[in-house]
Amino acid sequence: MEFKGIKQTAKALANKDISVQELHDMYLQRQKKHAGDLNCFINDTPEIAKNQIQIAQKRINDNHASLLTGIPLVHKDLFCTQDIHTTCGSRMLENFVAPYDATIVKNLSDAGTVTMAKANMDEFAMGSSNENSYFGAVKNAWNHNRVPGGSSGGSAVAVAAGLVPIATGSDTGGSIRQPAALCGVTGIKPTYGRASRYGMVAFASSLDQAGVFARSAQDCAYVLSEMCGFDNKDSTSAQVEKENFSVSLGQSIKGLKVGIIPEWMDSLPESIKLKTEKSIQKLVDLGVELVEIKLPTAHLAVSAYYVIAPAECSSNLSRFDGVRYGHKCDNPKDLNDLYVRSRTEGFGEEVKRRIMVGTWALSAGFYDAYYRKAQKIRRLISEDFATAFEKVDIIAGPVAPEVAFEFNAKKDPVSMYKEDIYTIPSSLAGLPCLSMPIGLVDGLPVGLQLIGNKLQEAKILNVAHQYQQDTTFHKLVAEGYYE
Amino acid sequence: MSDIQWETVIGLEIHTQLKTKSKLFAGTDTTYGASPNSQVSLLEAAVPGTLPVFNEKVLRYAIRFGLAVGAKVIAKESRFDRKNYFYPDSPKGYQITQLNHPIVEHGLLAIQGDDGKQKKIRINRAHIEEDAGKSVHDKYAEFSGIDLNRCGTPLIEIVSEPDLSSAKEAVAYMKEIHTIVTHLGICDGNMQEGSFRCDANVSIRPKGQQRLGTRTELKNINSFRFVEKAINLEVKRQIKVIESGQKVVQETRLYDADKHETRSMRSKEEANDYRYFPDPDLLPVHIDQAYIDNEKQFIPEFPAAKIQRYVKDLGIKTDDANTIANDKELSLFFDDTVVLLKQAKAISVANILLGEYSALLKAKDTGFESQPIKASQLSGLLDELALGNISHKISKVVLEKLWDSDLTATTIIKQEGLAQVSDSSELEAIVKDLISKNQSQFQEYKEGNMKMFNFFVGQVMKGTKGRANPTQVKSILEKL
Amino acid sequence: MLINRKEVEQIAVLAKLSVSEDEIDAIAASMDSVVEMINHINEADTKAIKPMANPMDAVQRLRTDVVTEKSNKDTLLSLSSQVDEDYYLVPTVVE
Repeated sequence: MEFKGIKQTAKALANKDISVQELHDMYLQRQKKHAGDLNCFINDTPEIAKNQIQIAQKRINDNHASLLTGIPLVHKDLFCTQDIHTTCGSRMLENFVAPYDATIVKNLSDAGTVTMAKANMDEFAMGSSNENSYFGAVKNAWNHNRVPGGSSGGSAVAVAAGLVPIATGSDTGGSIRQPAALCGVTGIKPTYGRASRYGMVAFASSLDQAGVFARSAQDCAYVLSEMCGFDNKDSTSAQVEKENFSVSLGQSIKGLKVGIIPEWMDSLPESIKLKTEKSIQKLVDLGVELVEIKLPTAHLAVSAYYVIAPAECSSNLSRFDGVRYGHKCDNPKDLNDLYVRSRTEGFGEEVKRRIMVGTWALSAGFYDAYYRKAQKIRRLISEDFATAFEKVDIIAGPVAPEVAFEFNAKKDPVSMYKEDIYTIPSSLAGLPCLSMPIGLVDGLPVGLQLIGNKLQEAKILNVAHQYQQDTTFHKLVAEGYYE
Repeated sequence: MSDIQWETVIGLEIHTQLKTKSKLFAGTDTTYGASPNSQVSLLEAAVPGTLPVFNEKVLRYAIRFGLAVGAKVIAKESRFDRKNYFYPDSPKGYQITQLNHPIVEHGLLAIQGDDGKQKKIRINRAHIEEDAGKSVHDKYAEFSGIDLNRCGTPLIEIVSEPDLSSAKEAVAYMKEIHTIVTHLGICDGNMQEGSFRCDANVSIRPKGQQRLGTRTELKNINSFRFVEKAINLEVKRQIKVIESGQKVVQETRLYDADKHETRSMRSKEEANDYRYFPDPDLLPVHIDQAYIDNEKQFIPEFPAAKIQRYVKDLGIKTDDANTIANDKELSLFFDDTVVLLKQAKAISVANILLGEYSALLKAKDTGFESQPIKASQLSGLLDELALGNISHKISKVVLEKLWDSDLTATTIIKQEGLAQVSDSSELEAIVKDLISKNQSQFQEYKEGNMKMFNFFVGQVMKGTKGRANPTQVKSILEKL
Repeated sequence: MLINRKEVEQIAVLAKLSVSEDEIDAIAASMDSVVEMINHINEADTKAIKPMANPMDAVQRLRTDVVTEKSNKDTLLSLSSQVDEDYYLVPTVVE
């Protein structure tokens, strides 16, 4: 069966053209063939899948099915899944079995999805290339010598290779958008607070958001709608009505004002700039109006982010001490030894580096100069966006400054951090944003970022959807893989 | 012995555990005494992915405390901060507390100073924070056992300015805080169970010097008595240290009640930098004036004010007023009874409560809270007594009959025929009858034998089963 | 050098991570480059700006004071590699 989107699949399931088991098995075959090589999964979840397949099929048989009933997916291994390993790509949690389900996992499970595996990721969501996983790097389906992006590399590749139709990811500074762009799939991060963080292992609490990878904006809309919703177990959960983001798909975008940031465009390498301009021109062909906007403080976004995120993560990761769960060193000679060796052994290089930077940034005398200052810059950037949104409805721009790079190309951490220059600003402002495929450069995917104002997921999804109705870039499949 | 006059400077940090049903950030049970690790939610165990949600009761209790100490600031916006440090009783690797934006600031508490005059102690702040778990060290040789039941229990930490000048003042202040939080009903004040804990910051300086000396922090003091002892010990120790030419080291010291000494704690905070920053899992707490005002109805009259009222308005003796006012249940019962009195005076309520009533409670091994007699029944009894309808002796009998009964004093008196006989003609007749039967004794009485006077009074009382009005009987006898 | 060796050691102590002698310089260097990038935040004039803690500028929601949790003792203790008779065990803490 060729995958033609969730809607078609749901129809096929309803018509009994294919059963939930058969659909699952089709993907399982593909996974068996390719997942090991791509290294995009950490653990498979056959027991959960078995149970969920039964439930889904019954619903379909009883005519109680919804769009997502029976649809297979993988969860980024950052989300707690009850009774199944949740490793966060780290040795620290290699054998950790969460005693509960993350809220977004439960929401999707309730909607009828079938969990097939936990996807590989940069350790504790820190990275932009998925080279930081304890379980090994993930390969880009488009070129096995190149990175898929990160931190949600495994999820992006799984969808790109057609090993599952949808996958969850998380985005703190670009960890959904950037891998989506590098892998040629569509990925969306909702407004901060839309998706519950309960059960999502915390990296940078004020920035983390769960999101979706899929082959199309339409499918992202279906999944995101089920995933999001107010959760009283999360104090930062936005108290807004649950929304169906697919309802307005297809609404005319004529006259929609799209903001363009000249500084961002001009900073791109020529080939990517051309592709980006071409895609924006397509939007114009579809009826939008371009408006030049400025984000005067956005150039400080990466600097501010690398104060805030490490600071928060240095504190969030203090709970990993070998006592109540997770990696514990052998024969600790005293309490301090227990802590130090368990943590040093359990964490990888990048995680340790960020913990060190974060600890430093919060240390005595530095709080005002760094964390507090960075929070102020955050407000400035947020206000820049607010000002821009007085003139425009959405903002379009690049996702990443380059296509997928080679493994070990970025030894210097700062050069890796600069991968996120276009994605971090909207993360700091907590805005909904997505990446959609706009073609290939040197045989490697490029993405366009759409940023919406707060709670405007439906708007950016609709624009992406309209673009995808008129182009086929999102349907491009890497050679040897599946739609 | 040097001639320097030393003065003591003390500040107290009091941790009060709040009497909420559930913990500060999760709906976990807070009942004391549960078996180890049976009252621990995923949040308190710091399982990855768990998040805190703020218990409203804690906010309201904190506001009440602020109102009770006349806080200048009850923050309309307060925040939670993380205090980062590694210790087994703090699983997250940080404690959630309030640093820069506490809920309450700048309160004032009056105590009796060393000079006998009223002294106002400034309360710098009271903030909300979570309690840590407990470790047991004596169970295992090479290990400590960690029990997280207490972890996450809500606390209010009350920090005074260093306005206390002696161990005695420190105890007075501590007792006053204890009274306030228990009378507010926000803390059960049980020091043995650890619901009310005190750390003392102690330093000394030459009299007249403005600059504060180096202070040490005394921990692990769980009774008023120990506070006084520990502080006095520490002051002596510091004087000795300085007078011997050394410097006082800023450190934490544990009070050892058995060894009668304070000793340096191997500091868990050595070189510790807590790296405070606002907790990003929690948002600023916003309240308005209306929310604060709504809590005013829960502020009771505190003992100090009660004592004033009892002494000035009700004419109760100071000592009795003190006793009643400082017992929450007793004073409530007292007030409820006084309000219902028609003839009797408040002082009679005080007398009976502290006297026969207390004795009966003790004999029956019960307390005021069990309410064996309702306020209305007691006031009824005292009114009957005030009206002269029963004698004092009989009132004791009626009191016991009211115990755990629904009847009124009036009904019991009627049913059992306990009414005092005050009718003079009736009494005269009884007296005359007795005299006629006891001629010789009467003769002796007339000749001045006062023992016979009592004999006749006693006989009358016996004959009337104690119902004769003794005053009347005496005056009748005297006339004869 | 924005971060010196001593600072690296001090930070490692606070973060409960170990750094061996031969690692310190490399760590200092990599932290240096990060701090250098971070220091750009000083370019902005933020005197009059209020820090942004939460992108929605939302306020804390309050929870009703009720017990909603049952005992998780068995589940929790089973996650740990060192427990005995309902206690988590750690090397002795000297107080």
